[in-house]
Amino acid sequence: MKQKMGVSEIAFVSVCYIIIVVICIATLYPFLYLISASLSSAASVMRNEVFLFPKDITLRAYTVVLKYRGIWLAYGNTIFYTGVGTVLSLVLTILAAYPLSKERWAPRKVMSLFVVFTMWFSGGMIPFYLVMRSLHLLDSRLGILLYPAISAFYVIIFRTHFQSLPVSLEESAKLEGANDLQILVKILVPLSKPIMAAIALYYAVSRWNSYFWEMLLLSDDKKVPVQVLLQRIIISSQLGQDIAKALSPGEASIPTTIKFAAIMITTIPIIVIYPFLQKYFVSGALVGSVKE
Amino acid sequence: MLLKKIKKCKVELKTNIWLYMMFLPVFIWYLLFSYLPMGGMVIAFQKYDIVKGILHSPWVGFRNFKILFDDPYFFRLFRNTLLMNVYGLVFGFPLPIILAIAFNEIRRKKFKKITQTISYLPYFISSVVVMSMVIQFVSTTGLVNVFLNHLGIKSIHFLQEAKYFRTIFISTGIWQGTGFGAIIYMAALAGISNDQYEAATVDGAGKFQKMMYITLPGLAPTIVIMLLINLGSILNVGHERIILLYNPSIYETADVFNSYIYREGILNRRYSYGQAMTIFQNVVGFALVYMANKITRKLDGTTLW
Repeated sequence: MKQKMGVSEIAFVSVCYIIIVVICIATLYPFLYLISASLSSAASVMRNEVFLFPKDITLRAYTVVLKYRGIWLAYGNTIFYTGVGTVLSLVLTILAAYPLSKERWAPRKVMSLFVVFTMWFSGGMIPFYLVMRSLHLLDSRLGILLYPAISAFYVIIFRTHFQSLPVSLEESAKLEGANDLQILVKILVPLSKPIMAAIALYYAVSRWNSYFWEMLLLSDDKKVPVQVLLQRIIISSQLGQDIAKALSPGEASIPTTIKFAAIMITTIPIIVIYPFLQKYFVSGALVGSVKE
Repeated sequence: MLLKKIKKCKVELKTNIWLYMMFLPVFIWYLLFSYLPMGGMVIAFQKYDIVKGILHSPWVGFRNFKILFDDPYFFRLFRNTLLMNVYGLVFGFPLPIILAIAFNEIRRKKFKKITQTISYLPYFISSVVVMSMVIQFVSTTGLVNVFLNHLGIKSIHFLQEAKYFRTIFISTGIWQGTGFGAIIYMAALAGISNDQYEAATVDGAGKFQKMMYITLPGLAPTIVIMLLINLGSILNVGHERIILLYNPSIYETADVFNSYIYREGILNRRYSYGQAMTIFQNVVGFALVYMANKITRKLDGTTLW
């Protein structure tokens, strides 16, 4: 049943379209400019000739950045922290959620509180730093993998999900003599693939993007992830000598196009993968918001 | 009696042994990375010495808190933190709601899907990348100044002048959070039953009226909860994004509690003092949410807990 729309109705819907289009343009333009500027010649960017499309297209900025060994090292570190870290996070989150979903587990209530309490309350960055220090996790790859390993929020989401699964499957497995670990791995995990994908994605993105503790905890240049390197290239005023030398030989500061290329190289994986995985992201966000 | 209890424990352990073993690593992790730091909060009442450690550092009572209120920067930090959040709320809070309502009106599925995907994107971009982009765009030769030059305005050192910092920081936050922030409101909108809209149509209500009398009241509980959550962190501006963007010449408007705690507490090693500030921040934040929660409960029954 379609209804005729009056003038005010059309105006209302038009305003909605306009709001959305404006927000999308404002969202995309910085990226578009970044791509175009990083593909343009340094001279045309300096003369402010690039607004929408690249001018004097050249890959020079990218070749300079990609020739710099440090970026490959940092990229390798990021992939390591993201890959291993995400698997670790997922495993620990599931291991936390399964016992918490079982009514028969005596300390279930206490342990739920034990986990949830950390969502509301934390010691703050100084005690955390001091704990990392006293655990000898400064400048340690293990420290980077461990410190953000579990998010209470996702534990709760998994727990709720496990509770929503039918008990009958488990009961029949139990009768055949399966223990809890076997039930979890062979029955529940295969039933939980979509939610695992969504939560793994959130863990992975936050690992990929994380920089603060990595910057603070890691002192060895060989261990830093790409976000920390980017922060040094663009934001930090005290540039490492080798970075400056590699990226801008003979110049006072690093040329803008090279900075743009460095930003792009750090972000490309997210931008490329994101549209395909977007539905998982949103389902993850919605699972979260339902809990709130 | 005791024997019975022990027996009961044995049975529990035997039947649920795997549950205990699964939870053990999780338990240890929480102990080390969450509860140990919570215990470490006591350094706020100590003259903490990193060599002596928590156990042997001298206790000083509330002295660090006294120093806190005498700190010449205290007022500046308080003001900056508060203003950053208040302005952020005033300008940033309504946008996701407006965007969600706008998305709700769109019937073209493909258009909706593409634009939603675009609008969430900035949320997944790292702070380092976003702030790097901002620094480039507002630099003296950057995009923003190029536009100003075209309008006949001289280039401005945006990140060297204190008066621009809040605008830049809050706009960046809005750019990054609006689309993703709309998701929660869209979920709430999906929960409003269609019957109400149909009844309103029968009564001859226009779209604008429906928005005013059905959509907005339907969103009200979500809006109140989001406001409460935001209020809880009104003395909390994340240091991660601030320290990427600020510099000493604009501390006047840019320095907030958390960035100061990071600089003084960690970089300058005034651990106890920095922790006293953290505790002050948390206590005030909690008191605010508690009060706000009481008020909203009285007003319309929506409550956080």
